[in-house]
Amino acid sequence: MELSKGTVVRTLAVVLVVAAFAAGAFAQAPPVKIGLLATLEGPFAAGGQDGMRGAELAVRQRNGVVAGRKIEIVKASSDAKPDVAVNATRKLVEQDKVDIMVGPLSGSEGIAVKEYSKTQPNITFINGSSGAQATTLVSPSPNFFRFNTEGAQWMVGLGKVALDKGYKRVMVIAEDYAFPYSQVQGFMAEYCKLGGKVPVKAWVPLGGKDYSSVIARVPKDVDALVVVLGGADAVNFLNQYEQAGGDKPLVGGSITVSQDILNYKGKRRDSLVGTIAGAPIADAYEAPEFRAFVADYKKNFPDGYPSPSLFALVYYINMKAALDGLEIVKGDLGDGQKKYRDALSKMVLKTPVGDVRLDENRQAIGTTFITEVAKDAQGGLYNKVLRKIDGVNQLLGMKKEEFKVGSRDEPNCP
Amino acid sequence: MSAANWRGANATAGPARVPPAPRVARSKLANPLRLRHLVVLAFLIAYPWFATPFFTYQIGAQALALGLIALSLTFLGGYGGMISLAQMTVAGIAGYMVAIFGTAATDGVSLGWPWWLAVVIGIAVATLAAAFIGWLSVRTEGIYTIMITLAIGVGFYYLVLQNYAVFNGFQGKQKVFPPTLAGIYWRDPTPFYYLALFWALAGYLFVVYLLRAPFGIALQGIRDNPRRMHALGFNVTAHRVTAYAVAGAIAAVGGVLFTWYNGLVTPGSVGTSWLINILIIAVLGGMRHPVGAFLGAIVFVLLQNFAIDVIDRERFNLVIGAVFLAIVLFSHDGLLGWWSALSVRLSTQRGETRWSSAKGRLYAR
Repeated sequence: MELSKGTVVRTLAVVLVVAAFAAGAFAQAPPVKIGLLATLEGPFAAGGQDGMRGAELAVRQRNGVVAGRKIEIVKASSDAKPDVAVNATRKLVEQDKVDIMVGPLSGSEGIAVKEYSKTQPNITFINGSSGAQATTLVSPSPNFFRFNTEGAQWMVGLGKVALDKGYKRVMVIAEDYAFPYSQVQGFMAEYCKLGGKVPVKAWVPLGGKDYSSVIARVPKDVDALVVVLGGADAVNFLNQYEQAGGDKPLVGGSITVSQDILNYKGKRRDSLVGTIAGAPIADAYEAPEFRAFVADYKKNFPDGYPSPSLFALVYYINMKAALDGLEIVKGDLGDGQKKYRDALSKMVLKTPVGDVRLDENRQAIGTTFITEVAKDAQGGLYNKVLRKIDGVNQLLGMKKEEFKVGSRDEPNCP
Repeated sequence: MSAANWRGANATAGPARVPPAPRVARSKLANPLRLRHLVVLAFLIAYPWFATPFFTYQIGAQALALGLIALSLTFLGGYGGMISLAQMTVAGIAGYMVAIFGTAATDGVSLGWPWWLAVVIGIAVATLAAAFIGWLSVRTEGIYTIMITLAIGVGFYYLVLQNYAVFNGFQGKQKVFPPTLAGIYWRDPTPFYYLALFWALAGYLFVVYLLRAPFGIALQGIRDNPRRMHALGFNVTAHRVTAYAVAGAIAAVGGVLFTWYNGLVTPGSVGTSWLINILIIAVLGGMRHPVGAFLGAIVFVLLQNFAIDVIDRERFNLVIGAVFLAIVLFSHDGLLGWWSALSVRLSTQRGETRWSSAKGRLYAR
């Protein structure tokens, strides 16, 4: 091998690059760090941003200090894909050395992060707003906590209200992935039991644009449509259903008749009045705790929404749980955070929508609202509270043996 | 950068690939191993011993797996003159096949065959699929190749998104893990890093070898002047389809590694963003040498992980975009362009006339 000056310089350059690269591989561990993961990219970017606002609000309410220890938030982003969420979480835990993780936002992300949490037994993971049933029902992780109720729980009570409205036969139109499965199950479990019939279920792809084939399949003899679609999908469906001359009343999922949809312009907008839905949040809920939460949100985030979204509330609840738990143990995270996790498992969390306890899988038992779209004096649409159901658990009131995780074919009552 | 320009740029850089006259080559070509190669190799082997598990797994291993997939595009594009956007699709096919024939913890088909059989089938099916994609697209040129491979990629994305019986739709295949072999769980950071390193080195050396073999020389000839090669009696179509198949096999190995790395394969893994990410990685590193794919992958992975630390967290994609733009704007061939510019500057300062500097000048044109 011939050594010339050029070779030496080039080799040195390589060594320098290598050294710079290696230097980054070492990091130090600071005091109480909380990792915060939400979707700042992709289809749920707006929701993710509002989720971050909710989590930040919980920290600001304590002026960033719990039990004398400063709270440092380290944020990360994903795009609703499970692999991206796990990469972001792994970076927060292994590189930024956070003590507690809060996140992620969407269903399949939650399942993937829960699986990852098993490899990090000394870190406590608290959910963001992900709402897949399987996260805590199928092979739960001892250090993954979820202080929010999930998709199926959000629909409890809706089946009875639908029957009371006289909807004896309904058709289901829902997106084809885990979260809508849960929502449909939450609705149908009760609805079928009380004698309702669901002759047709149409599963449509997420982000679908054309609903004409689905609309053509709507049977004449159903009384209502159960529409579990989110964001742009819901708007597209409503527009096309209107153009096709559809006139069936609607029953909505938890993110179907949210504020962004109620603001959409179209002739069918008025026919949304009377649409019932189930959700963990209701804009018009009058309890003083909730009004205080809304006022605080508006004061802290003038650039936020007129009223906090579902994501803001749920991230707030989970971050509040993380901080309240820290308060109970006086900031003591020693011994692999064992005391902290015990405190979390046992505590009764005060939230703007009522008290939350955890079951043995560390899943929330909490409150669900049944809402109905109404028109206010200015002609704007809003969700008024029809019923409030407390203490909804993940098995929807069923016994463990008879409960099955929701899927395309489960439950079924044609 | 349009494909036509791109191919033109390559035509000028092309001749440098062909071994120069024997006198200039001297021992350099007979023994191409140089000090910097040894330093890099030693660093790569020692890396897990001083890096944290995070850096070993998420930065190191991920960059190697992605680099391998991008290498297939560098080979196809840099030396075959065919930019295929379907390389991630081929990698995804391999990943899906491993999940379908092997084990995965979700609905849909999972035959549960032994892992090695699943991997062999996965790579074989992906290679066949790549050859098929090549057979479909070799009769097109430049931008049309990009369009047809993009169409195939997006078509496959919608197939796996909407097919539940086999591919399990939106949720894809979860818990696709490498086996535990010889008492080692191959998804632990250090073993997985070495696994990825082995296949990355194998892929790299294979491409380096192939480029100097008659097939590689003929392929570069076809890139530069297909008509003349045809007139010389070479079967242009067959060479191009073979190039697709070879690139497909490399992408398939990378795809299996990337699926194991993530532990899952979903429609998101073969979506448009990933199809384009592979192109970004290849262009970022530079397409004039196989090592560019890996350099690009390292920069890409580092940016993906750390851009969020340097700027307001809601705006971190700005940093990623700015770095990509800076590299593409200020260098005519990614990071390798900077490297050769540096080489030229160093050599001309000393008035060298060695082959390496001549090579550098050729590159720098």
